Amino acid sequence: MLPGPSSSQAILQSPEFKKLVSKRWSVSLILTLIILVIYIGFLLVVAFNKELLALKISHSITWALPVGLGIILAAWLLTGIYVFWANNTYDDAVQEIKNKITHS
Amino acid sequence: MHLLALLLQATTTPAASTLGTANPVSMAMFFLFVAVTLYITYWAAKKTKTGSEFYAAGRNISGFQNGLALAGDYMSAASFLGIAGMVATKGYDGLIYSIGFLVGWPLIMFLIAEPLRNLGKYTFADVVAYRLKQRPVRIVSSVGSLLTIAFYLIAQMVGAGSLIKTLFGLQYEIAVVVVGCVMTLYVLFGGMLATTWVQIIKAILLLSGATVLVILSLSRFNFSPLNLFTSVTQQYGDAMLVPGGFITNPFDALSLGLALMLGTAGLPHILMRFYTVPNAKAARKSVFVATGFIGYFYILTFFIGFSAMTLVGKSTIENMDKGGNMAALLLAEQTGGTAFLGFIAAVAFATILAVVAGLTLSGASSISHDLYVHVVKRGVSDEKGEIKVAKRATVALGVLSILLGLVFKGQNVAFMVGLAFSIAASANFPALLLSITWKRFTTRGAVWSIATGAILSLVLIVLSPTIWVDILQHEEAIFPLKNPALVSMSSAFLVGIVASLLQPEIAAAEKFESEKLRTYLGIGAE
Repeated sequence: MLPGPSSSQAILQSPEFKKLVSKRWSVSLILTLIILVIYIGFLLVVAFNKELLALKISHSITWALPVGLGIILAAWLLTGIYVFWANNTYDDAVQEIKNKITHS
Repeated sequence: MHLLALLLQATTTPAASTLGTANPVSMAMFFLFVAVTLYITYWAAKKTKTGSEFYAAGRNISGFQNGLALAGDYMSAASFLGIAGMVATKGYDGLIYSIGFLVGWPLIMFLIAEPLRNLGKYTFADVVAYRLKQRPVRIVSSVGSLLTIAFYLIAQMVGAGSLIKTLFGLQYEIAVVVVGCVMTLYVLFGGMLATTWVQIIKAILLLSGATVLVILSLSRFNFSPLNLFTSVTQQYGDAMLVPGGFITNPFDALSLGLALMLGTAGLPHILMRFYTVPNAKAARKSVFVATGFIGYFYILTFFIGFSAMTLVGKSTIENMDKGGNMAALLLAEQTGGTAFLGFIAAVAFATILAVVAGLTLSGASSISHDLYVHVVKRGVSDEKGEIKVAKRATVALGVLSILLGLVFKGQNVAFMVGLAFSIAASANFPALLLSITWKRFTTRGAVWSIATGAILSLVLIVLSPTIWVDILQHEEAIFPLKNPALVSMSSAFLVGIVASLLQPEIAAAEKFESEKLRTYLGIGAE
């Protein structure tokens, strides 16, 4: 189902398609920024302010433990958020544009 | 990145443990694993005829299966034994490594996976070269790929030889030859389909083995992690539960962190796996599944490390191996007896086999698909000829990896994992990302960016403390950072952008617009 050159142009120029592409990258970039801030922030705290992570929650547990494990969990949850968004929003929009191609 | 070096130092075995003697359970387990995987290879061989079957398992792997296989490809013996060992001897610092290894996965999801799946065919160079001039881009990207694979492979082979020697009491040379031959059989006859199932089985074995190990260990603490950590601080003080001396220079931390994070998104054998699923939706699901399993695995190694620290004892672990690489195995013996030790040892062996098989397949694809078809044959692909070359390349890489394993016996090759990640982050990742996202990226930009990333990684690591001081025994390093990624990766981006802006390539920019249908809608994707 390859569209011909003229309809390809029509899709590429259509506002729906342009919106789809820009929406995809804004979601991606926001999520990328979040993981970068979390990870680089963690490295900077480890490098410059270890004492912060040495603070205790209870007599044997430091903040370093939940923070470290939390980053692992956050990394996974962020990929989950992306999948959820893409499955529920992005794929529908793609399908709508594809339907238009077959109907025109 | 000294995990593997420490692995290599593991040789002597005190009498207190049965480590290093032939363990009937691990022998039986290992032979069972090889028998089952070779049977799968036989089954896969019948389904592996065409190019897309050999390189991409016919694109019939499901998202969940591919997620497990990605996890299998990524969880190496170095991370299982090495990170558990670092936690067992250094405490919290070991976790900083595992976090670095994990955070690359979200980036693969957000930036790479779907465009890669839609635009490419068999290798990541397909995507870099998609709208650029094929020959120059294919040549440099396959050099980037092959360098990454070569260093990773050497580290794995040398690690395998020493590990197996320690685990089974088998001679180093025999171990290297066995690993080389078995993995060549997988790839040669079973292609991607066999390799994928080897990864899946290995991932399940490793995850379940590590889970049982953690359950057995926590049972000694009434299943309360709190009791475990209390016991850690009682024996070794509070210092074990906070970041210690691992990171002293913030630039070192940042450079290593970037290498681990972005290098993951530039590993050819990982990227290649996205072509095994039918579409972008399945590719995205496989990253989610892989990230979950890998994250879970690192959490397990964290508990394994601390359990080993208290139950086995730091000094016992360090007596056996300075880097602590035997921590997980000693813990297995202590909590589950000799039979369980045998099981975990066999899992470690299977882990190495699976990782080298994945590396070899991606190396062979780069040689046949990128170099033979697109450079030698100028893109006129005759499928039979291409597969023939791929199979010859597989045999050549198998022989080469055995030879390299033998040549580097006893050498300090730990820096090679760091170097592989640095080249992946500096040569492969910037060109791939720019090609996917930046309209004005040009052939010249790609070539210069990849060359800059690869050459700077190689040169700077020689001048860095990792080689210049630790191996060549000079007083002071010429380049201050232990891992060059911060400099080499930023330079690769900068050079790629500047070279593209200096000489625009109109055809490439125009094709960027038309490829959007394929990138975002999957129209025309293979």
